[in-house]
Amino acid sequence: MGSMKEIFNSLFLKELLKGMSVTGRYFFARKITVQYPEEKTPQSFRFRGLHALRRYPNGEERCIACKLCEAICPALAITIEAEPRDDGSRRTTRYDIDLTKCIFCGFCEEACPVDAVVETRIFEYHGEKRGDLYYTKQMLLANGDRYEDQIAKDRELDASYR
Amino acid sequence: MDALMNFGTGIFGGAWPAVWTLIKIVLIVAPLMLGVAYLTYFERKVIGYMQVRIGPNRVGPWGLIQPIADGLKLLLKEIIVPTTASKGIFIIAPMLAIAPALAAWAVVPFTDSLVVANIDASLLYIMAITSMGVYGIILSGWASNSKYAFLGAMRSAAQMVSYEISMGFSLICVLMVSNSLNLVDIVNVQDQGRFAGWGLSFLSWNWLPLFPMFIVYLISGTAELNRAPFDVAEGESEIVAGFHVEYSGMAFALFFLAEYANMILVAALTSLLFLGGWLSPVGFLPDGILWLFIKMSAILFLFLWFRATFPRYRYDQLMRLGWKVFLPICLIWLVVVGVWMMSPLNIWK
Repeated sequence: MGSMKEIFNSLFLKELLKGMSVTGRYFFARKITVQYPEEKTPQSFRFRGLHALRRYPNGEERCIACKLCEAICPALAITIEAEPRDDGSRRTTRYDIDLTKCIFCGFCEEACPVDAVVETRIFEYHGEKRGDLYYTKQMLLANGDRYEDQIAKDRELDASYR
Repeated sequence: MDALMNFGTGIFGGAWPAVWTLIKIVLIVAPLMLGVAYLTYFERKVIGYMQVRIGPNRVGPWGLIQPIADGLKLLLKEIIVPTTASKGIFIIAPMLAIAPALAAWAVVPFTDSLVVANIDASLLYIMAITSMGVYGIILSGWASNSKYAFLGAMRSAAQMVSYEISMGFSLICVLMVSNSLNLVDIVNVQDQGRFAGWGLSFLSWNWLPLFPMFIVYLISGTAELNRAPFDVAEGESEIVAGFHVEYSGMAFALFFLAEYANMILVAALTSLLFLGGWLSPVGFLPDGILWLFIKMSAILFLFLWFRATFPRYRYDQLMRLGWKVFLPICLIWLVVVGVWMMSPLNIWK
């Protein structure tokens, strides 16, 4: 008896009509498209975008060349070289992030003991050659200087969860 | 009209009938190509809406220039011929695909007088000419010398042959009740009957007494077009794109045009054979070409709706449906209609 029912159901296209009623209803549903360049989706303060190197308020760079970020980076995108400076502090002479390798996992940011390397909310950038996405220390520091207000505000918001 | 005829004869002399036919061909093919272009736009919009998106909306107002932009892009692209391909056949195949799709329009009537060639065997002509379309597909698959293209062509050929049978049987039912192979007569016959007398002519159209055949024709038509859910010939997940995998630029565009022109053709035929063509559904409204376009649009929308809803059939399921479901249904209904016509309950006298 069950199989008879099945035969009738398939003969009268019951399931197919059901499916079509579903798509038919969605035809009139409110559309959820975001018109990207004009409209944007909300961003979290933990958004992981373009990297930046931060400075202390007195202008001294935060990075102490501990190389934890380099060690944890799963994509091996970070290259660091370090030397003691004349005043005896340990600082980087080279800090490069290859954004073509980076997977934006945020581990470098988590590993950093002094909040030096951070990921900003910036995601609309591009390079026209492969080399353009190889960010050197100067470029990263410049990012940090430029977006410091936003970066500081985002760390503030995140502080209570840390 | 007579003034135009006299004027034409005055200028072209004896060549005027040929020139006049050419003008009529252009008058059909040009809007058809425009229709094909905007059918792609319509398809993207409808499928987008069913997926809670809004579809193309950047090129021109509401994206209305999008199909033109796509067409220009395809025109400007390079046609790459694979080195191992059989060049002559490779180039001819897309033309073989599109020629029947356009040639079939010669006998499609838009109203009872608006038809390029009102021939008595027009239904037979359409059956014959649309079957030729499969040659374009087989030859393109063969000439590409690529395993995916070849597999796609084989599938498509087997599918078209299988579904042509049930399609043919459903047409036989129509021409039994219409007692004619002429499309104009087939439509005019649908205007007679008890319901038409009451001013409800949409109940006199063939779709109601031949309802199973209407459904079989619609589904076989979808299969014949290689449209979703029967597009195993393209089967992206298994054979990349099927028969047109090696094609690019305008050669690819010709296959595309052929597919959509065939879609419009099947929609037109369904409207003519089962939905009363240009006849108005109720007595108090005048008949006219507008009704045909409304019916065609509804059926085209149905095709797009199918595509937005159904997952692709597996190949063996497809063959099972054609041979083990549709063919028996057609044969049974053929007998039913035959008995019905011989009985005193005959409604088609």
